Amino acid sequence: MSALNYCESPLSPDKATVDQTIGAGDGWMHLIKAGQTFRILDVEGNQAADTLFYDAADFSNRYSAQDTVQRQGALYLTTGTRLMSSEGDTLLTITADTCGRHDTIGGACATESNQVRYALEKRWMHACRDTFMLQLIKWGRGASKADITNNINFFMNVPVTPDGGLSFADGVGAVGSYVEMRAERDVVALVSSCPQLNNPCNAWNPTPLRFLIWD
Amino acid sequence: MKTLYEEHLPGGGLWSAVVRRHSVLRLTDLEGGVNAGLMLWNFAQPSDRLNLPDTLKAQYTAKLTRGHILMSDMGRAMASLITDTVGWHDPLGGHANAADVLAKYGEKSYQTARNDWRRNAHDNFLIEAGKQGLGPRDLTANINFFSRLDADEEGKLSFHPDNSPAGSVVELRAEMDLIVVLTTCQHPLDPNPVYAPRPLLITLLQGEAPAPDDFCRTFRGENARSFALTERFLYLPSH
Repeated sequence: MSALNYCESPLSPDKATVDQTIGAGDGWMHLIKAGQTFRILDVEGNQAADTLFYDAADFSNRYSAQDTVQRQGALYLTTGTRLMSSEGDTLLTITADTCGRHDTIGGACATESNQVRYALEKRWMHACRDTFMLQLIKWGRGASKADITNNINFFMNVPVTPDGGLSFADGVGAVGSYVEMRAERDVVALVSSCPQLNNPCNAWNPTPLRFLIWD
Repeated sequence: MKTLYEEHLPGGGLWSAVVRRHSVLRLTDLEGGVNAGLMLWNFAQPSDRLNLPDTLKAQYTAKLTRGHILMSDMGRAMASLITDTVGWHDPLGGHANAADVLAKYGEKSYQTARNDWRRNAHDNFLIEAGKQGLGPRDLTANINFFSRLDADEEGKLSFHPDNSPAGSVVELRAEMDLIVVLTTCQHPLDPNPVYAPRPLLITLLQGEAPAPDDFCRTFRGENARSFALTERFLYLPSH
């Protein structure tokens, strides 16, 4: 499946206007202007990048996993996928992808969902939705928990089986694999480098993510 | 179970209410082929709302049926699917908005159509959630009861025809006081080119607290822990 959707980008990292790397378990929030290209790079491989997008002019118009799935009539994200908003607008379009398949139905880990999935005592572990919460509070401008909606898991594979089961495959990002997308309007990206240690979504080894933006 | 309330919701309709803990909300597909879009919030703390990714991954499922529970983003059991004669309800396909309905079914003016003027699920959710004091940022992913999508190996989705015959029933037992919003617009991937949303019978029944060996509570270890978080919330709110 990955080989079919493999699509490299012609863009050179030397020309990027933004080039930032965050450590394992960290978060990142950044404005991407209309027409700019945004790349998320899986530096060491098998790292899930839990990602949300907002219309920079109106946070109530935000990435919608259901709208994205419904409008492309398919579950997985790859080159050509339009990342849709809750109001039916295209926020970004995926233009390159060296991974081949990304998930948007599995959601982000939370301290509370870890309690449900693993054990009530797991509440004290690090989780993506705590990272989202902190980044949104720091962003300010009225951002709140209501803005934590159902996200994209770049570099994650969550296959749906024909009988309606949900399975979790290991991380699918090779060392240096990346996904790239063009902003169709001014958007704000919110990313958590997933700290999950209870399952193999990061191959039991959370690692850094790198973000590049080109004009 | 004693019936407390019953209402006939026409196709394209919109409905909301606060459903008390352990009441049972029965949805009946009167004619077959209804699509009942549903969203949920915790009445005592509406920032706590239905989270479908958490619900699905905790129960290793991409469909909803008897035994499953609906979980909030705080890990709490919100409602239990205690009865289901259909076997597959769609948690993935979402809903359509006004532009989608216009593009799919064409233009129709209120002046000529009057009460048959077309409605869309997105506006219906906004209106009914708005009546409950909730705004657009409170809205999230919805379930489509009585509809089914099939996914192939590449993830391509197709609408499953005739998933729900006339008389199909699903029952949800509230595990906490809930704000429930429902709408009966056609599924966004329903290939029928004709605007023909079907009606739904909504019945509220006086239920009972689930026993320790309740089917939904014991369906999986994850479900039992989610029930435990709801019980913690009731005694230690906002923990």
